[in-house]
Amino acid sequence: MSAGVLFDAPGPRTIARHRLYSILGSVVLAVFIALALWRLYERGQFEFDKWEPFLTPRYITALLVDGLLTTLQMAFSAVIGAVVLGVVLGVGKLSDHALIRWPSWAIVEFFRAVPVLLLMIFIFYAYGIDRGDSGAYWSVVIALVLYNGAVLAEVFRAGILAVPRGQAEAAYAIGMRKTQVTNIVLLPQAVKIMIPAIISQCVVALKDTSLGYAVAAPGLTKVGQAIYQQFGNQVPTVFVLAALYIAANVALTMVANKVQKRFVGEKKVLQVSNVAGVDDAGFTPGRV
Amino acid sequence: MDAVLDNLDAVVRAFTYTLLLFVISGVLSLVLGTLLAALRVGPISVLRLAAATYVTIVRNTPLLIVLIFFRIAAPKIGLNFNFVDVQFGDIRLNNLFTACVVGLTVYTAAFVCEAIRSGINAVQLGQAEAARAIGLPFAGVMREVVLPQAFRASVPPLASVQIALLKNTTVAGALGVFEAFARMRSLNNDYATQRIEIFLVFAFVFVVLVEVLSFIANRLERRWRIA
Repeated sequence: MSAGVLFDAPGPRTIARHRLYSILGSVVLAVFIALALWRLYERGQFEFDKWEPFLTPRYITALLVDGLLTTLQMAFSAVIGAVVLGVVLGVGKLSDHALIRWPSWAIVEFFRAVPVLLLMIFIFYAYGIDRGDSGAYWSVVIALVLYNGAVLAEVFRAGILAVPRGQAEAAYAIGMRKTQVTNIVLLPQAVKIMIPAIISQCVVALKDTSLGYAVAAPGLTKVGQAIYQQFGNQVPTVFVLAALYIAANVALTMVANKVQKRFVGEKKVLQVSNVAGVDDAGFTPGRV
Repeated sequence: MDAVLDNLDAVVRAFTYTLLLFVISGVLSLVLGTLLAALRVGPISVLRLAAATYVTIVRNTPLLIVLIFFRIAAPKIGLNFNFVDVQFGDIRLNNLFTACVVGLTVYTAAFVCEAIRSGINAVQLGQAEAARAIGLPFAGVMREVVLPQAFRASVPPLASVQIALLKNTTVAGALGVFEAFARMRSLNNDYATQRIEIFLVFAFVFVVLVEVLSFIANRLERRWRIA
């Protein structure tokens, strides 16, 4: 339901009232922003010293190459791994053999419920601690693969189940075996409606790479930490880091919207529960 | 298992912090998120825009950055929580804890707002039209017809958001609150040979907590289902 239907087209008195509210709201917001800016100014947060690192080529390179690029690499590796794991577990959950179905189910439920950070620190101690930067890097990636893979498994399962049943029945009727039905008929159709969900999971993975902070993994948070420890410019650094993450995520979301328009059209988007809750909140929990 | 059993009181204390973080920020984020949702569907375009901007910015910022802001950057501009210092036995709620609660609340509220808005969207168009047709004013449409249905439809996404919040409390552990994640890390340091058991115990508690939450959500959903 769009907001438009909640209230009638306003009459003259309501329009006047709304105008008053708008002015009041604008004033309150303006005062709030002005106070925030004044506080920043008063505490010397706009001094050139504090922002200088972000105008120095050396630090810009560090932020963009060691920071953003590494973060994107981590997110990219994690998403690739998660898609593969997600397909395996998702198809596993739909298997006819209880021996495959139950372990897949257990793995998915476990990794969806365990906080990524616990997983990350465990993998770091078990695997990465002696391997320096690359150990920390892969600890983050493996933790994200396991977690996002479990979430994507649900996406794949729901996607396959969302293909109209007649498709599978027709395929069986012409004599295909279950593997063929899944691979040739169901998966290709399911992928189409799953793409938006997969891309929004990319946003989740990208945001979660920041947790590498806890195991001193390379990436934006580590570069940012190094900068504010050296210059004592915590406030500007946080703003710059946030801006970089937001820019990357907004770009991803725009791609998602484009892709969705292209492949899904006006059809209902696949809605899958996401225990991460960092996804669009339009989902219904598919905990079965 | 010795590592956990020998330190049982510390582990219990850690999970108490986890639950306190969860419950306090859970309630606060519901309040703030509902307010934001109200602004987003309301008739005042300035406030609609402000709320939408808030949601977009917060949703695309990693939680860690939000927490770093309140915990590390905000004190530099005099925004601290030193006035909070509450002690119950071993549990001490100080400025670090409060900074993390505020960060978690600010972050989760954006998702609560979206969950509630999706609930309002789930109410069928005809319902509001019918309510207006029988002469209810805006407040009546909302109170009598739309919101009761919207709240029921919001239960599943809200549950997902709150479960995510429970898991997100671990991020506070990376920033100095001694909750489950920080406790597990310190046990991992002290008992190198028992890392697998330690992880499994902590993970298992989280699995149980998540299952309890989703059980409650399922019951509420079933009880409030619109026939």
